[in-house]
Amino acid sequence: MAKVSVLFFARYAELAGCSSSAVNLPTPATVSDVIARIREVFPGTQAMPPRPLAALNRRQVKHEAIVSEGDEVALLPPLSGG
Amino acid sequence: MMHLTHHRIDVADLLAAVQAPERGGTCIFLGTVRNDADVTGIEYSAYEAMTFEEIERILSEAHERWPESQVMLQHRLGLIPVGEASIAIAAAAPHRDAAFAACRYVIEEVKQRLPIWKKELHGDGSAKWVAVHDHR
Repeated sequence: MAKVSVLFFARYAELAGCSSSAVNLPTPATVSDVIARIREVFPGTQAMPPRPLAALNRRQVKHEAIVSEGDEVALLPPLSGG
Repeated sequence: MMHLTHHRIDVADLLAAVQAPERGGTCIFLGTVRNDADVTGIEYSAYEAMTFEEIERILSEAHERWPESQVMLQHRLGLIPVGEASIAIAAAAPHRDAAFAACRYVIEEVKQRLPIWKKELHGDGSAKWVAVHDHR
């Protein structure tokens, strides 16, 4: 099992009702598995798009990226900086 | 200089960070909050740790492309009223072409890559997340 922390930002934090959480997943696991679990635990996040932008340890990654114990996955609404 | 601030951006500090006797061209870009519809201000939030790292990467990419340039940027977070700057970029180089190019490169990468979000506040008290536009 791997414990992965999950961060929500902006509108996704509103959908989740919180800004951070953690999930335990059987390994090997991917970012996609993290998101699937999050959708179960926080039903509001089912309103996120099918493939939301995601970052793993502060870098944008594809959903196929492998997650490990202690990793930080962040779910990012469409970026609008500047 | 910190890349993220919750206070008003001071352009003079940015200029001081990039100007030098050998750099004869300096370009400044300011992004300010616009009074679209009845917008009174924008609340900016960020994934701060990632934003900081991404800014460092963008600035080092600019330095690789224009090695004689020096670029600094500051992004403001929190509630920013109409007319005040949310972002300032200063780029200095020996000549103007590189200063303009480096400044342009940094703002375009910022728009694509920084995990920052805007919530517009309206005069009637409502608020809404800004959808992504690519107005240039």
